[in-house]
Amino acid sequence: MKKTLSMILSTALCVSMLAFGTAAVAETAVSGTVTAAGSSALLPLAQAAADAFMEKNPDCSIVVNGGGSGQGLKQVADGAVDIGNSDVFAEQKLDADAAKTLVDHKVCTVTMAAVVNKALGVSNLTTEQLTDIFTAKITNWKDVGGPDEAILLVTRPTSSGTRALFKTWALKDAEEASNQALETDDSGTLLETVKNNPGAIGYVALSYLVNNVDVQAVSIDGIAPTLENTYNGTYLVWGYEHMYTKGEGSDAAKAFINYMTGEEFSSNIEAMGYGVASKLTDAAIATHEAK
Amino acid sequence: MVMTDTAAGLRESRKNSIKLLRNERFGRGLVMACGLFIILLTLSVAAFLVVQGTGTFTKYHHSILEFLFSADWAPTDSVTEGSGKVGAAIYIVGSLLTCGLALVFITPFSLGAAIFMTEISPRAGSKLLQPAVEIFVGIPSVVYGWTGLTILVPLIRDVFHAKMGGYSVLAASIVLAVMMFPTITTVAADAIRSVSQEYRDAAYGLGSTRWQVIYRVVVPAAAPGIFTGIILGLARAFGEALAVAMVIGKTRAFPAGLLSPTNNLTAAIAADMGNSANGGEQNLALWTMALLLFLISMLFILLIHIISRKGKQAA
Repeated sequence: MKKTLSMILSTALCVSMLAFGTAAVAETAVSGTVTAAGSSALLPLAQAAADAFMEKNPDCSIVVNGGGSGQGLKQVADGAVDIGNSDVFAEQKLDADAAKTLVDHKVCTVTMAAVVNKALGVSNLTTEQLTDIFTAKITNWKDVGGPDEAILLVTRPTSSGTRALFKTWALKDAEEASNQALETDDSGTLLETVKNNPGAIGYVALSYLVNNVDVQAVSIDGIAPTLENTYNGTYLVWGYEHMYTKGEGSDAAKAFINYMTGEEFSSNIEAMGYGVASKLTDAAIATHEAK
Repeated sequence: MVMTDTAAGLRESRKNSIKLLRNERFGRGLVMACGLFIILLTLSVAAFLVVQGTGTFTKYHHSILEFLFSADWAPTDSVTEGSGKVGAAIYIVGSLLTCGLALVFITPFSLGAAIFMTEISPRAGSKLLQPAVEIFVGIPSVVYGWTGLTILVPLIRDVFHAKMGGYSVLAASIVLAVMMFPTITTVAADAIRSVSQEYRDAAYGLGSTRWQVIYRVVVPAAAPGIFTGIILGLARAFGEALAVAMVIGKTRAFPAGLLSPTNNLTAAIAADMGNSANGGEQNLALWTMALLLFLISMLFILLIHIISRKGKQAA
């Protein structure tokens, strides 16, 4: 009886594998192929998780690509990939009907920090000063207690998830002065630019500041941009990183997402500078629920 | 014996000719299929660009005048709203300005190099200069961009005390100029080489100096080819995204001067194409910019055809 049942089950699984080209679940080991695409902010972590997951499940193949949050959401909604990685909620980038078909998995948090050149000697700014700097109301560091040095704004493109988070939580929704700022396509280039120009200020995710000695992360209103301050709800400039599946997603995709959010992988998440979503205190969650 | 031999030979040759015919039919069919496929591909790319690129005007009801001449760029990144502004003038001016300046910088050098390697020192030209220029063509654009970013940008910052860290129109133009150099030089050199030797002999016969031969006879006779080279170089520069994006600064403002940063069409598309909501106002505005780039390169190709036809008539 058990045997026939398992035979029927495995046949059904084979059929579903053929039909969907994705994956099937056995008792413990997972097999099949999972494709993921989207957010470049999440890419390094997703790639690391995929490598670790594939080591445990040799029959499983996980391919993670970048392409940007907009592309990730579109592709998962179209069924082109199994998982769409995104810095923002699907409702912000897809029409309501398409967004409804997707299931959100908040795999981790990402904390953003303003960064300045090391030589500048500025390590704390108030929210008001920060806003005035990024809206180009203040254009010299001497006005915020720094040396007499022109401020060089280094920002990200308007569609960037990093920029959207920074705007909402650090600049109180004020629009950055794009007409007086350098724009860089990726956080790596932004860091280089800040490192090479004494008056520069920009912002990156904490994941880019692991082992960093080249730039100075700036505290906001005296609160340092750290994972602890993110968890306890005092540092507000953070957001969730999402992995979206179409419906519940394939078994292999589910297993992969479970692995990524699980206990075992959480130390890797923090080592790479991301935040573990389950460690957020209620106070921290409450600050972000309103928006 | 002889009879059978010829009969066998006849049979053999008939077999061969059938085979040849079949091969020819097959070959012709294959080549034609490839050709048709390329035409189809080009047409479908064009059709796709038109469909995507006109969305700004049909779906979100912006005017073409706003897109081309307004500098107010604030499209909404969402598929539901369409209340933003899609003025792309800054990007258009950025593209035209950097490419135009690059052309001004590099044309004298390219022309000089082409004349040197064909008229003045053909041996050194074919042995040294020509291979060097050809190597230039093969260098990937990211190398140009990166070199520009690490050498040119800091240099401009330190030498001219440029305000925005050296990211500037000047840096972008110089990088583009270097990238245009091999195209213009190669095509111009070919054009000069193909000028009939009789023209030169006739001019020398009339007592011209070498310089007079070059600028009165050879260069005018090669002019259509030289212009073709210039336009090809310009087309290459216009479509270049990566290298320019790395040094132009991508500031959304008209440049105040050579040393201030601005943005251009290709860099702006590359920056937001992946993240923007598919089919949203910003996304479609980027497609419109892509369509504009396509139309401009079509214009360049049309110009080349007109010039080469005129050149043929003159000759």
